[in-house]
Amino acid sequence: MTNSTRNRIKDKAFQVFGIFCMLIGLVFLAALLINILSEGLARIDWDFLTSLPSRRASRSGILTAWAGTLWILVLTSLIAFPLGISAGVYLEEYTKKTKMASFLEINIANLAGVPSIIYGLLGLEIFVRQMGMGSSLLAGAMTLSLLVLPIVIVTTRESLKAVPQTVRQGSFALGATKWQTTWLQVLPAAFGGILTGVIMSLSRAVGEAAPLVVVGALAYVPFVPSSPNDEFTVLPIQIFNWTSRPQAEFLVNAAAAIIMLLLITFLLNGIAVYLRNKQQKKIKW
Amino acid sequence: MSKKQIKLEARDINAYYGDFHALKGINVAMEEKTVTAFIGPSGCGKSTFLRIFNRMNDYIDGFKTEGEILLDGENIYAKNVLVDELRKRVGMVFQKPNPFPKSIYENVVYGLKIQGMSNKAALAEAAEKALHQAALWNEVKDNLNKSALALSGGQQQRLCIARALAISPSVLLMDEPASALDPISTAKIEELIHQLKEQYTIVIVTHNMQQAGRVSDTTAFFYMGELVEHAKTKTIFTNPKDKRTEDYITGRFG
Repeated sequence: MTNSTRNRIKDKAFQVFGIFCMLIGLVFLAALLINILSEGLARIDWDFLTSLPSRRASRSGILTAWAGTLWILVLTSLIAFPLGISAGVYLEEYTKKTKMASFLEINIANLAGVPSIIYGLLGLEIFVRQMGMGSSLLAGAMTLSLLVLPIVIVTTRESLKAVPQTVRQGSFALGATKWQTTWLQVLPAAFGGILTGVIMSLSRAVGEAAPLVVVGALAYVPFVPSSPNDEFTVLPIQIFNWTSRPQAEFLVNAAAAIIMLLLITFLLNGIAVYLRNKQQKKIKW
Repeated sequence: MSKKQIKLEARDINAYYGDFHALKGINVAMEEKTVTAFIGPSGCGKSTFLRIFNRMNDYIDGFKTEGEILLDGENIYAKNVLVDELRKRVGMVFQKPNPFPKSIYENVVYGLKIQGMSNKAALAEAAEKALHQAALWNEVKDNLNKSALALSGGQQQRLCIARALAISPSVLLMDEPASALDPISTAKIEELIHQLKEQYTIVIVTHNMQQAGRVSDTTAFFYMGELVEHAKTKTIFTNPKDKRTEDYITGRFG
């Protein structure tokens, strides 16, 4: 066998292996989707979306859960985005490249990998107890904000890095200050990337149950929260609660709630992809 | 040389990148409304020196400058000088065209807007004037809202010149402004430099000696961080005093 035949066989072999690896992921995802859809799709109707939870599975709905999820989404965005984007801008545009800066950089990246339950414990101690917020929406949102902050900071920095240095120089050379350059040139040019990153971080937050359970989000909330100080539940917790019940009807409810949760994350990811493509079309360096 | 006013003057400029001594005791004076070309082999310090005049090196970590640069007799490295104010008087065009990812119009008026000018009519008028000066108006007048990134390289570079002119500087620094362009665009830029000289003091860094010969009044030859020779362009090219200058312009190295 000549060398080149051998190389070609290797090439082919890796291709086949790659397809196999990809299929494993896809098959499991498909199985999951089919299973969930076949079980829960029929359960989704207007009543299901607009009913309060109940002891009887057939009358139970997810109104409080998705309302809580929506509240959490909005509050987390309001807290985490301004903080995270500002921190990212400061680290990328303002700090000198010192040892301290790279130390910070590594640690922020590490924070993104800390298990979410740890953030839950932190939120429980600081927000719920020390700051006396109780198991409120605000405490939950602030806990999730801590969770997504590292992601927001890192993606903000990545997007800012992608803006060519020549744009900054061009702006400085025209007499712009650092603030003007950042605000009028760099941030708009990085906007698409930053937005994509923050939406992705939200779709992570929306699926979290563990940190919120620790903070004290309830499994059973018989009212729709009307202010950030109210107690709450979210979809993942509702799902967890239903799957741990013995009655089969509750499992159907859980499947239906999972479909709704998937819908929200797909929607968020879809928006992120759309924005990224739009931005890429607009700006070609 | 003649009775024109001295616009820019460097006095004992030394510059360092960390431990590297990049510019060694440079003294040079440039007259008002003339074109001065900086030539020399790569790494000789000519671009570094050019960027000293609008303090663009300030952002480089570990960069240090000693000496004085006098703009209209005032030291731009004095403690009380505001860098953004300085750059309104000393414009710069970069080697690679670097339009902002915005419309043509927004590119030209950016410098004015950041100074707080907001009158629409005045901005439009200033934009038209600057684009005329940069010989770009006729090509873009119907597409002012088009993205600047859609222009050709040569048009982008003239847009960058228009952008620099819009804020009415008195000095224009050009760092190899035509090195990334095709011959036709290069010819347009050179023609432009000829016209701009009537109003602006221009300093241009170039690798292209024919270009230095065509556009400049005086030429300064840099070698290994030193200013070897500065004289009338004709003198430099026909009767250089220093052996190194002669070797360089006759193509024996560089």
